[in-house]
Amino acid sequence: MSILFMTIAVSLFIAIIFFIIFIRSVKSGQYDDLYSPSVRMLFDDELVKDETKEKTN
Amino acid sequence: MEKEQFYYDNKIVKMFFIATVVWGIVGMLVGLMVAFLFNFPNYMEGISWLSFGRLRPLHTNAVIFAFVGNGFFVGMYYSMQRLLKTRMFSDALSKIHFWGWQLIIVAAAITLPLGLTSSKEYAELEWPIDIAITLIWVVMGINMIGTMIKRRQRHIYVAIWFYIATFVTIAVLHIFNNLELPVSAFKSYSVYAGVQDAMVQWWYGHNAVAFFLTTPMLGLMYYYVPKAANRPVYSYRLSIIHFWTLIFIYIWAGPHHLLYTALPEWAQNLGTVFSIMLIFPSWGGMINGLLTLRGAWDKVREDPILKFFVVAITGYGMSTFEGPMLSFKNLNAIGHYTDWIVGHVHIGTLAWNGFIIAGMLYWLAKKLWKTELYSTKLANLHFWIGTLGILFYALPLYVAGFTQAAMWKQFNPDGTLVYGNFLETVTQILPMYAMRAFGGTLYFIGFSIMAYNLVKTAKMGSTVEDELAEAVPLKKIGAGRIAGEHWHSWLERRTVLFTILSTVAIIIGGAVEIVPLLVVDSNIPTITSVKPYTPLELEGRDIYIREGCNNCHSQMIRPFRSEVERYGEYSKAGEFVYDHPFLWGSKRTGPDVHRIGGKYNDNWHFNHMLDPRLTSPGSIMPQYPWIIKNDLDISNTVNKVNGMIKLGVPYTQMELDKAVYLLKNQAAQIEKNLRQDPEFVKNYGDANIQDKEIVALIAYLQRLGTDIKAGTAEN
Repeated sequence: MSILFMTIAVSLFIAIIFFIIFIRSVKSGQYDDLYSPSVRMLFDDELVKDETKEKTN
Repeated sequence: MEKEQFYYDNKIVKMFFIATVVWGIVGMLVGLMVAFLFNFPNYMEGISWLSFGRLRPLHTNAVIFAFVGNGFFVGMYYSMQRLLKTRMFSDALSKIHFWGWQLIIVAAAITLPLGLTSSKEYAELEWPIDIAITLIWVVMGINMIGTMIKRRQRHIYVAIWFYIATFVTIAVLHIFNNLELPVSAFKSYSVYAGVQDAMVQWWYGHNAVAFFLTTPMLGLMYYYVPKAANRPVYSYRLSIIHFWTLIFIYIWAGPHHLLYTALPEWAQNLGTVFSIMLIFPSWGGMINGLLTLRGAWDKVREDPILKFFVVAITGYGMSTFEGPMLSFKNLNAIGHYTDWIVGHVHIGTLAWNGFIIAGMLYWLAKKLWKTELYSTKLANLHFWIGTLGILFYALPLYVAGFTQAAMWKQFNPDGTLVYGNFLETVTQILPMYAMRAFGGTLYFIGFSIMAYNLVKTAKMGSTVEDELAEAVPLKKIGAGRIAGEHWHSWLERRTVLFTILSTVAIIIGGAVEIVPLLVVDSNIPTITSVKPYTPLELEGRDIYIREGCNNCHSQMIRPFRSEVERYGEYSKAGEFVYDHPFLWGSKRTGPDVHRIGGKYNDNWHFNHMLDPRLTSPGSIMPQYPWIIKNDLDISNTVNKVNGMIKLGVPYTQMELDKAVYLLKNQAAQIEKNLRQDPEFVKNYGDANIQDKEIVALIAYLQRLGTDIKAGTAEN
């Protein structure tokens, strides 16, 4: 059943990758604010087309 | 900093939107065709590409990868742009992703009915399509990561985390499960054999459920439920915990598909433990979704979109309760191989996936076409018809599963089976199959009503392909290393570089693990009497794969008294060492066939394939007249044997050189056996049956499970 070591190894690799991303996201402050993101996403930022404005992009 | 203006790409969202509706209808229609085959096994008589074994993989692939896949892409392309406040990284990549994915679906819709399949569930597509999937998936990944890099919002909302996990994990699993050796343009053999192949397959198979049908849908839930209810998710903190715990636990749950099989006990237990743990993150997520609607239940009464979401999240809760329960070995002993599993799966797919996508499509239709829904009444009708459909689908199958499992295990006082004839346990549940087909029909009608409603809505509204928006850009941090900065901190800021390096690490690690495996002997207990298949049996096995026999027949006898009594000696790991791929199956619509070799004579098999009702009145197996008509294609036999040798199957040089000669010899012998029956001679007197496919199939079936008997006889 050597295949189990392969599946476990790959699973661990994925887990480790996610773990690194997790640590990294905590350190970079992704989870410092656990409230405002949930409210912020409710606001739409689409503009009603306003032809007088200059396009910058 | 000053606000920048930019445009959201609505066109790509619309393209995926249309694809979702179209493929949803196709996938569900194929599902219905399959469901009716249970009660009317002959209604597509004699059309090879519409037989059950070929349509069932088409149904699963269509609803999983075409319907849910496109549904995920719709939601992802819409929400990711808005959450990150930027257009997608590259319009070209978006388009390649769209058209590439649709082409793959078309390729699947052509090859699966033709019988071009690898036989591994949810990974049936043959190797050229597997490669295409990998490429398109990577295109999508680059587009996603690129979008994250040019984002204008520092915080990455939880939905995007779910999208990213989907991308990463599916990529890795898809590659490892589809490692196969091509022997022709559309035929390949899995590099793993028997129990090893089974392990990799269900490691993949369960994660197809976890990372294709669950994490992307959770991402959608965390975006569209708050949006539709116009209130923030109940607990953002809980959503973060939900995400991280879910992805760490899910990947270990696969072995619960192989309880009581020839898989080592400790691996089975590992799968069980992690599966039971899964209930915590899953229910955390369900509660979080439902409680988002706290104080908004009055809106649920008015708004069909929220109704869809409520039933969807409830369905998620139900199936993620049932899943861990079914992973307990004692419950699994009852549920496995029965229709209970089919019912369980469809709570997850019809309620959770189907309804979350439906709710999202209604909501998006209003946004994309800048209008109200054409008809809220029709949406409500869809909701109620669909919900009824789910109940009519799942409940009869629970009853069917329990009934059949109980009948399989029923003993007389003298120790014989009460229902010794498997067929009795099938005819008993036919009414439940009929109700399931009715439930499926309801669900399909509901979905079609939605399609109509959406088309009307789109016609009413006006379309904005590039939607103007504005946001403040992120403050730039230089690309170079800041003085005194540690190299790792610098690397951590370089998202792309970091992702590429991690992926390279995964691939190197995987290769280092896997290459020795393919060379070194495995520690599966070998059985000396187990020998490779003869060339004719090998061809017969490929016909078995082509016809998808493994969709209804298992080849794995569990060590229960009831199964040993019914089928014979339980299956051992050592018996499957030459099985590339494994064919254990996961469902017993018909009986297990692992010990069918020698049980009936050749004529029985011949008549059974011609019309199963000749030998087994009341059987619901389809007819296979084309196997008797078609000449066996032997142009590739030498290649196939050679491929098997490359995979470590010990054929001798003589067997390789004389493969065709050996094949013809054995075929002639089977024709001789068949001609012992005067009925056969009367009907097929002049036919050259030895050149037909049926002979190869008979050779394979007669070989199944007999090696161990040969061993006992010698001893």
